[in-house]
Amino acid sequence: MTEIKAHPVDGLLRTDRIPHIWCPGCGVGTSVNCFTRAIEKVGMDLDKLHVVSGIGCTGRVAGYINVDSFHTTHGRALAFATGLSLSRPDSKVVVYSGDGDLTAIGGNHLIHAARRNVDMTVICVNNYTYGMTGGQVTPTTPDKALASTAPFGNYEYTFNVPHLAVSSGATYVARWTVFHVRQLTRAMTKALRHKGFSFIEVLSPCPTLYMRRNKLGAAVNLMEYFKENAVVQDGADTATVGLESGETIIGEFVNVRKPTLKECYEERMSEALGDEFVPYEGDK
Amino acid sequence: MSSKNDSTTETSPKGTVVLNEERCKGCTYCVRFCPTGALEMTDRLNPKGYRLPTLAHPEKCNGCDLCGMYCPDFAIYGKRLKKKQQEEE
Ligand code: SF4
Ligand code: SF4
Ligand code: SF4
Repeated sequence: MTEIKAHPVDGLLRTDRIPHIWCPGCGVGTSVNCFTRAIEKVGMDLDKLHVVSGIGCTGRVAGYINVDSFHTTHGRALAFATGLSLSRPDSKVVVYSGDGDLTAIGGNHLIHAARRNVDMTVICVNNYTYGMTGGQVTPTTPDKALASTAPFGNYEYTFNVPHLAVSSGATYVARWTVFHVRQLTRAMTKALRHKGFSFIEVLSPCPTLYMRRNKLGAAVNLMEYFKENAVVQDGADTATVGLESGETIIGEFVNVRKPTLKECYEERMSEALGDEFVPYEGDK
Repeated sequence: MSSKNDSTTETSPKGTVVLNEERCKGCTYCVRFCPTGALEMTDRLNPKGYRLPTLAHPEKCNGCDLCGMYCPDFAIYGKRLKKKQQEEE
């Protein structure tokens, strides 16, 4: 028991940086654990997988996954990833970032990447706050929850993140929690195989900056809460899955195939230019 | 590998866990979500001062590796033991 042995997913991690910086019980680590297993399950060519993160605690993921990765400026992960996805059409681009980075600072990029059905996977870890910068309100902070910028409780309306993604045009949308490790891994597997814009919201504990301030106990308490209270409703109308109802509805909400940005572009240009148009297939 | 010699007579365990103590941060996920209740927290601390779990009931472990999936720190994993392997562990 005491000898130091590699973990089965060590091959996908930059082990020289582990132990990582995340706090004890931070759900980001468990989500990454599931992600590494999904990569293995899909059996991807690791030279053709790119992980892009923005800024924040979840934004550190790009630095721990042992594939080509890029740590962008705050909110710009999706913009960078859109370019990467178009210029490397044979690669899978994954944006791995937090609720603040993706729905606030990068919110505009999110709706347009979804609208254009860019071929990429977005993993959005929602821990209800800005962790790294000190526990400020994000668009996903629940009503009345305390935050460093809401000492008397949050009074803003809360984003229904899966509904935002679906309404904007995402073609695979799911929500799981880090308690649901097997389902989350399966969803990540599907998202990685999906052609088009796939989006997974992962509800996750931030024990240090969200739970402590809100006197919610240890990380494991929120895990227990997910275990007891989350209700699986595959195919649910995302208009009904907002967390403000007090219910935690999880599952696979949307899974459809629609032409991607690149496919739409090629179709239009071929129609307009005929044989003169040569589709770009990447650097060969 | 053959340094330990558990006797593997009657009900040999189906699985076991490997813990990388240096990585553990004592979050208790593995203990709370092991489906067979094979793990327990101890009062032992690792060099960084985090409380460590242990395989308190090895006979219960089936090697399902759910602890390995929950662990946010890549510190623990479960593995199944084949009949012959049980002598090795
Ligand atoms: S501050 Fe919160 S989100 Fe950031 S590492 Fe700690 S627990 Fe995780
Ligand atoms: S491998 Fe499975 S049964 Fe064994 S300790 Fe881990 S979770 Fe429990
Ligand atoms: S889940 Fe991992 S970090 Fe948490 S107590 Fe178990 S071994 Fe340690």
